[in-house]
Amino acid sequence: MKYLVSVIDQNTGLATPAEMAAIDVFNDRLLAEGHWVCAGGLEAPHTATVIDNRRGEAIVTDGPYVETKEYLAGFWVIEAADLDVALKLAAEGSKSCNRKVEVRPFLGFVGK
Amino acid sequence: MSGNEAQAAVTEAHREEWARVVSALARRFGSLDVAEEAAAEAFAAAVARWPADGVPPNPGAWLTTTAKRKALDWIRRESKRGGKQQLAQMLSDGDPSEPVELIGDERLRLIFTCCHPALALEARVALALRLVAGLTMAEIAHAFLVQESTMGQRITRAKAKIRVARIPYRTPAAEDLPRRVSGVLEVLFLVFNEGYLATGPGQAQHRLGATGPQAGVAPKRDARRIGPAQSQPRPGSRAGARARNDPIRPGLTAAAIRLTRLVRSLMPEDGEVAGLLALMLLTEARRAARVAPNGELVPLGEQDRRAWDAALLAEGHQLVRERLAAGVAPGRYQILAAINAVHTSAPQPNETAWRKIVALYDQLLRLDPSPIVALNRAVAVAELEGPEVALAAIAPLQDALAGYHLYHATRAELLRRLGRNQQARAAYDRAIALAGNIAETAYLTRRRGQLLTPAAVSQQSQPPHGEHHVHVP
Repeated sequence: MKYLVSVIDQNTGLATPAEMAAIDVFNDRLLAEGHWVCAGGLEAPHTATVIDNRRGEAIVTDGPYVETKEYLAGFWVIEAADLDVALKLAAEGSKSCNRKVEVRPFLGFVGK
Repeated sequence: MSGNEAQAAVTEAHREEWARVVSALARRFGSLDVAEEAAAEAFAAAVARWPADGVPPNPGAWLTTTAKRKALDWIRRESKRGGKQQLAQMLSDGDPSEPVELIGDERLRLIFTCCHPALALEARVALALRLVAGLTMAEIAHAFLVQESTMGQRITRAKAKIRVARIPYRTPAAEDLPRRVSGVLEVLFLVFNEGYLATGPGQAQHRLGATGPQAGVAPKRDARRIGPAQSQPRPGSRAGARARNDPIRPGLTAAAIRLTRLVRSLMPEDGEVAGLLALMLLTEARRAARVAPNGELVPLGEQDRRAWDAALLAEGHQLVRERLAAGVAPGRYQILAAINAVHTSAPQPNETAWRKIVALYDQLLRLDPSPIVALNRAVAVAELEGPEVALAAIAPLQDALAGYHLYHATRAELLRRLGRNQQARAAYDRAIALAGNIAETAYLTRRRGQLLTPAAVSQQSQPPHGEHHVHVP
């Protein structure tokens, strides 16, 4: 079972060196225990571009699709047997990156 | 066998066996939907057949076997209809002829799953009442003043989350157990409180213990619920069920006590489970004395103590003594039970051991330094050191408890006793505006009225025992 662990930020900015180190330790643990699928960190929301090509004519707009105080700053995709396992890992993840996280099950996942 | 006897047997089986049947089926088929559906069908079959066929020698086994057969029928029907692989898997998963009842007691798993912290509190309450206590959707909807369809949707969504997000069907690991148990107790206590002092429509504040037998129990994070903000999702502020006019909903207190007894039988070593059961019993024991024939709330100090239920009191006191003898540092429910034990041990209100009560509140404040606990402590302090000291003690709570009716009610009583009638009246006004329970409103309105009459003057000259105790009725 795969879960998306979204990292939620509130203008805290980039991770500090101490946070980065803690995240590395957590990532190593995910790898070692077979929970690792993939992970990534995102640039700030103001670097986002929205494209709408539903009608075959791509309309490009600057900025995130919705302005919010809280935004997605990064994510992990983890493999866990059930929600209790996922929540335990997510709690560790939240501690390591020093931010709130949200855990959500995947309906489908394509990748390795 | 008469129809009445059979009906009584079904009722008893429902009370004793419902959770066992649901939990055994949930374990066997890995689906709460199937378990609930099949258990309901099995009990319907009992209603239809027991009057004619007689009550089976082992009703629980009969119900479980019947439910299993219903579940298999249902799954076969569903999988034929929609080619649902998942359902087909349930069938192939293990031997269908395997006797479900041999799996053992699964009820604890069911309870922990229904009360999982990843579910919203109101969903946990609904699931526990439906799947563990066996209340019907209509009963739960009525108790929480919501439409049956709304309650049905709430339960369906919660079950869907359990399934899709894979909330596991198991008892928590030892290291998580205390936290998870306190989550279960929170659900049980909310059910009890809602039955004990029902909130009316449009009253978003004071849920979760704030109106309860001891307001101090509201967990810290729920303190915000006391505020005037209407932001909390509240089970049932809209519906027009007649329950809004029942100040007490005995069905809910009974369900809460039954569930807590069940949890206690499954976790006999847990002190907080025992504490919560004692707290409920000592509170329930006073039910008959709590509301006057005219529908008005009767505060503890004015209750007819002969109307208290002696058997419930004895059981509650016994549990409190057991916990004291255990010599383990008590948690909040045990302390609250002890406070109630002191109150209910006094033959007359003026014989209450207030010093003990203040000491217990001090202990509670160390665990939970919340303004509500401080408010309750101040009420006891008034008995020991007078209303002036108590008034000074609650002054710092004003900001935190501005939207909480019992803060204003307590203040009003203290001001009354100091003869500051004009301020008392303003405080009653505020309390009445905020109170959500009609019995409380009636009581507060009468108290305010007494400020205007000469009778109020003579009442003030009486010893002020107990009359302040609006929050421990």
